Amino acid sequence: MTAPPPICFDEMYGLGGEVLPHYRRYADWLAKLLPERLAQKRQEADVLFQRVGITFAVYGDEAAEERLIPFDLVPRILPADEWHMLERGLVQRVRALNLFLRDIYHDQSILREGIIPPRKALENAQYRSVMQGMRVPGDTYAHVAGVDVVRAGKGEFYVLEDNLRVPSGVSYMLENRKMMMRLFPELFALQEIAPIDHYPDLLLDTLRQVAPPGVVDPTVVLLTPGAYNSAYFEHTFLAQQMGIELVEGQDLMVRDQTVYMRTTRGSKRVDVIYRRIDDDFLDPQVFRPDSLLGVAGLFSAYQAGRITLANAIGTGVADDKSMYPHVPEMIEYYLGEKPILNNVPTWQLRKKDDLHHVLEHLHELVVKEVHGSGGYGMLVGPASTMAQRAEFRERIIANPEKYIAQPTLALSTCPTFVDAGIAPRHLDLRPFVLSGKEVRLVPGGLTRVALKEGSLVVNSSQGGGTKDTWVLER
Amino acid sequence: MLSRTANDLYWMSRHIERAENIARMLDVTYRMSLLPYRILEPGEKWAEPWALPLIINGLATNYYQRYSDLESEHVLHFMTLDASNPSSIYASLLTARENARAQRGAISNEMWESLNDTWLAVRNKTFAEIGAGGVSPFFDWVKDRSHLFRGVTFGTMIRDEGFSFIRLGTFLERADNTARILDVKYHTLLPSAHDVGGAVDYYQWSALLRSVSAFSIYRKIYRDVITPFRVAEVLILRDDVPRSLHACMNEIYEILQGLSDEDRLEPERLAGEIHAMLHYGRTQKIFQAGLHEWLLAFLEKIGALNTEVNKHFLVPSYQ
Repeated sequence: MTAPPPICFDEMYGLGGEVLPHYRRYADWLAKLLPERLAQKRQEADVLFQRVGITFAVYGDEAAEERLIPFDLVPRILPADEWHMLERGLVQRVRALNLFLRDIYHDQSILREGIIPPRKALENAQYRSVMQGMRVPGDTYAHVAGVDVVRAGKGEFYVLEDNLRVPSGVSYMLENRKMMMRLFPELFALQEIAPIDHYPDLLLDTLRQVAPPGVVDPTVVLLTPGAYNSAYFEHTFLAQQMGIELVEGQDLMVRDQTVYMRTTRGSKRVDVIYRRIDDDFLDPQVFRPDSLLGVAGLFSAYQAGRITLANAIGTGVADDKSMYPHVPEMIEYYLGEKPILNNVPTWQLRKKDDLHHVLEHLHELVVKEVHGSGGYGMLVGPASTMAQRAEFRERIIANPEKYIAQPTLALSTCPTFVDAGIAPRHLDLRPFVLSGKEVRLVPGGLTRVALKEGSLVVNSSQGGGTKDTWVLER
Repeated sequence: MLSRTANDLYWMSRHIERAENIARMLDVTYRMSLLPYRILEPGEKWAEPWALPLIINGLATNYYQRYSDLESEHVLHFMTLDASNPSSIYASLLTARENARAQRGAISNEMWESLNDTWLAVRNKTFAEIGAGGVSPFFDWVKDRSHLFRGVTFGTMIRDEGFSFIRLGTFLERADNTARILDVKYHTLLPSAHDVGGAVDYYQWSALLRSVSAFSIYRKIYRDVITPFRVAEVLILRDDVPRSLHACMNEIYEILQGLSDEDRLEPERLAGEIHAMLHYGRTQKIFQAGLHEWLLAFLEKIGALNTEVNKHFLVPSYQ
């Protein structure tokens, strides 16, 4: 099997056009596979996903209320040594971020010592002053982190974004593996692929570890905004896999600073809430008063130490795009270690020099909203039109502090099924890092792939797909 | 179990059972409509069969807001695929599927996949398609999907409270439906003295029995002609006929005994009262009171039971 020399690092071919060692067994197997059989498997996968109802909703798109995320049959494979490096780097990064959050909501030594400008943290829209001085169990804030990693240049890894609020996508990671094992069981006999299906056990264990002190057999629940949320499938999936109740705000109530759920046997005490609702909607008495999703009085129970929220309130101050450039400094400051994973160089447009540079180079940079997510509100310079750039320029000039810019990384590609056959498409990786008494993760993560030729936007809301991610055990 | 979860599961199974019952009801109506009208004697009054599904389900007003005339095609469309009719097969399956989607963590994967498959299939059906070649195959399909779902539920679901609420929903809906179907006779033929036991009577009673899968059961039990008295006995008092009121109340009473605790006794008490009415009832007494009146009283009691189940388990209020 041969392929044209790639324009950037390719997961299967590297830079040289030769199949890399960790892909060899898969490539041999693929070369022998009949095209008809593949086409049939693709169809089978579609039917199965539809049947199982693994869907997501796209906001503002009524026709596609429940849409399938396209699933690609070519796996993304990582060799053992690369994964070990990534794993160490991710654990290091998330430990530093949790230490930073504890610091920010207590002593603020990193600000006092001038390593990060205090204004940047304290005036950040994601900073929650109500959390100041409040202890959380184990000093853990971001129990679940979804760190977006990409590979660029000659194959080196960069962290693109630390998602510390309510990161989603782990259900696709698990379902993709199930699907691959169902469609191509023989591939799993050919090589040793690290298992991932214990993720729900690890997550439940993590949530139990952070229960309020003194609670012996904690009751853990998952709090969802409801069936119309885009990630509802994931909420039901995780609750089911962990064997815990999936609750909505209306199912909970607070009495004497204690949280209860309404059951067919009366009210039952709740100790840990894995919440998939943003801070703003958690408690109408403290945050947005118009929230119908939250629970009145929840914050008072939190403050009294009678309930653990995972993730904690106020984690957004650490994953905000304006804080991102400082993560390497956090690692050195709190851990005294050199960062293992690279940060992408970032221009902060509130700085005059940076703003000037970025406006001059809009056509080659990626500009993102500081508080944006999901691929909304960003400009990919090289792929943009003159008109789009002109429009973005105006938005930036009006509100420079709302934006950051980064060089357009030549994201790595991976062979992917497209209408014309198999062709390289850009991808990223979101491993899920769990922090309780220790920091753990299952090997791999969710690989997202941009299905449009040349596109660098992998978000499912923007037409991205997903792949199974394999970490080889040797 | 969360009250909201119990509520969703209860309504999920009620709506699947409802879809099945509507299919049964429409099938029997369809068969009745094929009966030769000419066997009627002059002066006999015969309610138009296509009015029945509307009367039984209390949908006549709703129907006449949309259609001016009573056409078989219109009634069929209205009751099968019309999304705007909340009691259509389409709407019932949609609601059941939405309830299941909200609670897919509380049911087995197989249950969810089976119901989702049913929904995906019914969503893609057109009326032209189900009308072509007779509507019966479609009704059979709906019944099959309901049977399948019930079987999957039995074969895969944990016997927890959720299972009890699913069963409770099924049997309350079924009891309600069997009572309504029996009452159909009251609306259909306004008898003149000579036609009892006549051809029309026979066809109607046998169609009615078939609609609740009780025709061969009747034959097996009586090996004799069909009489209203015996039909009532089979569908009301016999507890070995799976869709009879007594059989439904056996299940409901037993389920509620399992769900009750000292703070939640009223649903069980009321179910016990209704159950006793059937367990110790006599057909003569029912006919003395008048079948129609008796059925109306029964439906009222079932409605009250539903209210109590709601109040104590599904949407309780707390201090």
